[in-house]
Amino acid sequence: MSKILEELRYSDSHEWAKIEGDIALVGITDYAQHALGNIVYVDMPEVGDEVTAGEEFGAVESVKAASDLISPVSGEVVEINEALDDEPELLNADPYTNWIMKVKLSDPSEIESLLDAKAYEAVCAE
Amino acid sequence: MKVYDKMIFELSRPGRVGYELPANEFKNDALAGLPADLKRNEPLDLPEVSEMDVVRHFTNLSSKNFGVDTGFYPLGSCTMKYNPKINEEIASLGEFAGLHPLQPAETAQGALEVYYNLQQMLAEIAGLSEFTLNPYAGAHGELTGLMVMREYHNQRGDTKRRKVIVPDSAHGTNPASAMVSGLEVVQVKSKPNGSIDVEDLKPLLNDEVAGIMMTNPNTLGMFETEILEIADLVHKAGGLLYYDGANLNPLLGKVRPGDMGFDIMHINLHKTFSTPHGGGGPGAGPVGVRKGLEHLLPNPRVVKEADGRFTVKPEDRSLGSISTFFGNFGVLLKAYAYILSLGKENLKNVGPMATLNANYIKESLKDDYLLPIPGNCKHEFVFDGLKDKSTGVTTLNVAKRLLDYGFHAPTIYFPLLFHESMMIEPTETESLETLDEFIDVMHRVAREASENPDLVKDAPVTTIVRKLDETTAAKHPILTYKAYVAAKEA
Repeated sequence: MSKILEELRYSDSHEWAKIEGDIALVGITDYAQHALGNIVYVDMPEVGDEVTAGEEFGAVESVKAASDLISPVSGEVVEINEALDDEPELLNADPYTNWIMKVKLSDPSEIESLLDAKAYEAVCAE
Repeated sequence: MKVYDKMIFELSRPGRVGYELPANEFKNDALAGLPADLKRNEPLDLPEVSEMDVVRHFTNLSSKNFGVDTGFYPLGSCTMKYNPKINEEIASLGEFAGLHPLQPAETAQGALEVYYNLQQMLAEIAGLSEFTLNPYAGAHGELTGLMVMREYHNQRGDTKRRKVIVPDSAHGTNPASAMVSGLEVVQVKSKPNGSIDVEDLKPLLNDEVAGIMMTNPNTLGMFETEILEIADLVHKAGGLLYYDGANLNPLLGKVRPGDMGFDIMHINLHKTFSTPHGGGGPGAGPVGVRKGLEHLLPNPRVVKEADGRFTVKPEDRSLGSISTFFGNFGVLLKAYAYILSLGKENLKNVGPMATLNANYIKESLKDDYLLPIPGNCKHEFVFDGLKDKSTGVTTLNVAKRLLDYGFHAPTIYFPLLFHESMMIEPTETESLETLDEFIDVMHRVAREASENPDLVKDAPVTTIVRKLDETTAAKHPILTYKAYVAAKEA
């Protein structure tokens, strides 16, 4: 059973967003890291890039497969988690502490259309 | 048995030789025009070994290998059928093996005739008009086929067609080839049973679509029953249909891609037509087209003249060249030998036997392994791991455990539609006894997984190397001898 945190918002493509003021921390869920297996590389955007909700912002590569990362929110990338360059396996160890990027939200109302913990649990159960 | 574990560089001793060349009596000025900074100043760092060193080294290495000649190899999507030895015999005849690609066509009539006849045979098998045999492998064939597609639209002045539709269940090479050919990839969803969702396809079709790439049967081993409707929709939208020949084996002599409405296709001779692959092959990926697209195929081409002679002629409207000469000619010879040894009637038995074998394994194992898509498959099928997920034993663990029992593992974690994919393709060349042995072992592994899961998770235990550290291998690959020495010393 994968871990799902009550306080986060989710996408059905298994990313999470944590809202802190006008900034969203974005990462992948425990379900995603488990399905991917050992993660060996994270392709992250650059600071200053614009990301769009529902569109690709990077990719994560495991020993099994490479998967696109889909942004749950729109806005400008203000920080990326550089620790993942050397230690991509941090996403396996703790996918909720190890965010991938911080986005300055251009449209905070998008958050409302993301899934809450309960709705995301239903997606994982499918 | 002692494990042989040396690099040939470790055998090297200064001055040791295995040959003696006569003095060069010809003046060699081929490098005369080359700028000094492009010329090599130091001798190549090659191992210095005797002939016997070389023979022992590679014989010992080969004994660590696993291939169709050593055991059952049910690697899904790869069609690891037996490679008849007569193929090798024909391809190594001096009259073929000694040919030079630049010698005059008059002196290589036999080879050109083989090329011409083989492309005609493939055209008949595929229900298409003409083939080029020049592409070196499957993905190269895909690239060539997509270049044909792009060139077809460009030559008609229809330059806004840049999109190629690819199903989400496709082989990874499909979107990759489309990108490399300069086109854009649009994904179409598959239905729960794995076939293309026609309703999802319809809104994607417009005047920007160059075509669609399909594999039929698809990567789940299921026949796309709506193919005629799909072909009609794509053609009406002005696009072309590309057939990925990876799964041609079950259809051989029974159903022809051309009759299903496909315009362009490639064939993996190293799968369907029994030439060796795995460990580098080399492969061959001939590309065929329907009537009306022949002029777009790459140069060089072999033409049969009215008097029966064969000539090599370029075609002005061709997309250009995609290979140095005529592809991997040795591989073409092997495929030609295979087609002629089986003959028309026996070729028609390949598909039914491959299909029967796959269904036999599937039905025998579906109580222990999760079958996500029930019903008859074609040449292969996919399990979504063990049925009992409570033990934590994964598809990777099962695959490794199979090695302990002397079988090659199936294809794992592909297609991406399921988390624990295990894709099994036995091919037509395996006997009932081999299939039964494999089924017994698969049952045994499932039993081990529930009774003693750690045993399966620790596998393999009998192989030359135990479970590899894939994460470190992917993060810190050691790809050269220098890097290997440095890592060993560190």
